Amino acid sequence: MASFPAVLQSEWTKIRTVRSTIWTLVLTFLVTLGLGALLSLLTNNNFESFRRNDTTPFDATGTSFAGIRLGELAIIVFGVLAIGNEYSTGMIRVSLAAVPQRGTLLAAKSVVLGALSLAVAVVTAFVTFFVGQSLLGVHRTTIDSPHVLRAVLGAALYLTMLCLFAAGVTAMLHNQTLALGVLVPFFFLLSPILSAVPKVKTLAHYFPDYAGSRMLLVYEEANQPYGPWAGFAICLAWTAAALLGGALVLKNRDA
Amino acid sequence: MIELHELTKRYGETLAVDGLSFQVPQGVVTGFLGPNGAGKSTTMRMILDLDRPTAGRVTIDGKRYGQLSEPLKYIGALLEAKAVHPGRTAYDHLLWLAQSNRIPRRRVDEVLSLVGLGSVARKRSRGFSLGMSQRLGIASALLGDPEILMFDEPVNGLDPEGILWIRNLMKRLAAEGRTVFVSSHLMSEMALTADHLVVIGKGRLLSDLSMAEFIKQNSRSAVRVRTPHVEQLLTALSGTGLRAEARPDGSYEIEDGDLAHVGDLAAAHGITLHELSPQQASLEEAFMQMTADSVEYHAGDGDGEGRDAAGAWGAAWHPEKEKN
Repeated sequence: MASFPAVLQSEWTKIRTVRSTIWTLVLTFLVTLGLGALLSLLTNNNFESFRRNDTTPFDATGTSFAGIRLGELAIIVFGVLAIGNEYSTGMIRVSLAAVPQRGTLLAAKSVVLGALSLAVAVVTAFVTFFVGQSLLGVHRTTIDSPHVLRAVLGAALYLTMLCLFAAGVTAMLHNQTLALGVLVPFFFLLSPILSAVPKVKTLAHYFPDYAGSRMLLVYEEANQPYGPWAGFAICLAWTAAALLGGALVLKNRDA
Repeated sequence: MIELHELTKRYGETLAVDGLSFQVPQGVVTGFLGPNGAGKSTTMRMILDLDRPTAGRVTIDGKRYGQLSEPLKYIGALLEAKAVHPGRTAYDHLLWLAQSNRIPRRRVDEVLSLVGLGSVARKRSRGFSLGMSQRLGIASALLGDPEILMFDEPVNGLDPEGILWIRNLMKRLAAEGRTVFVSSHLMSEMALTADHLVVIGKGRLLSDLSMAEFIKQNSRSAVRVRTPHVEQLLTALSGTGLRAEARPDGSYEIEDGDLAHVGDLAAAHGITLHELSPQQASLEEAFMQMTADSVEYHAGDGDGEGRDAAGAWGAAWHPEKEKN
């Protein structure tokens, strides 16, 4: 059988030698940080008018992560491309000829993808948090306030899981263009819209992005369906299911 | 050694490979010949366990491909030249391949210079010509220094220099004692390189012979004569048991006839001959004859059997090819 460390090393070489990796990851960082910083600055400057009719406590952490809904798209694209470019180029047949143990191949890919996106997501989350807080002035919170560290780490896990979910879906669809065409509109438009529509939103509250984003909340909301850890578990289940589905399709399909 | 046993592949209604059994002999170049859509690529993908057989099995040194650990050290294959990420450099492409099978890094440089890509090793493969991509594909096949090499239509689309290079490479690999299994739809190409010939049509085995045996069995010689005294000649021939067949241009062909014998016979009967010439059917014709029934799409020029099959050569098209 193929040596797993060897396949890991090979997958690491694959991922670090294409430009799309650096672009999508830099974009994840910049968009999440930039939008969060901008909104933190605007909130600080217009705090009274922004908060006039609000009775809920002000979530300084959530404000600094305002850009994550856009930043997540870049890391989703990263996940799609890392798997999908093998299909779009036909390289998947070269990869499988080198590593015919298909489960091993996808596992190694997922480990490399997960580790790299986690590293980028952790850096993104902490930098975004501290820059955002510094721009919030007197309205800032601190990392040692209740639930704040969990929310920041939650942001990092959220990005990582969406990336792996996207990778799994791409393996299931075995088509890069199709995966982008399904995932980007889903996370950018469909899921946010559906989670605001009455009746449908009960279902939409179990989508991976809504569930995962519960981890970012510092304050419990009055009508929230479940807490942050349940959200984490639901998002993790989606991710595991997508990767498992991807593995099954890869194993059973002609390449 | 590659062994196929009753290998079958069905795509929906289409039987792409139909109970194929043969062995690829060791240490020689084996040509895998068949018209477009005969199932050559499908067979090769099944050898590499990329496509799963509907029935039957194929083994390499007695093992299924999926059971080989570090398979690049057993068998190197080139299926599609362009199956590389266009944004990755030639060196990096070979590097990840090498790492996956624990092949030392220096081997990457070795194969790059072996195929003559040393100077563009650090260039992204986006800008590679088909010939360069083909060389990169061959470099990846050679990476693990395998005993068996498999190439799918390696000369397709190459310029004469590239074709000559591949031809010599295959001969050199076989001379080193390696097994080379190469597919083609051109008999003329195989006649120049192959020692052994496996011919398939519509997924079925048509012939599995050494090149010498194939030539012996399939080359046909005849004597062509032209005479104003047709009746006398035919009578004279039938007296010796030979049969002459009329050609559309008014000449006659005598199968298995001997030039001197026919000439003497004509002289003895006082028959004037306007032409007496030897005719040698080429291997190309033999191959076309053999596969005429299995060519899926004939170009409809309706010019007789042989021409029909010949026309289909260029025009043959099969949905299986499009599948990629």
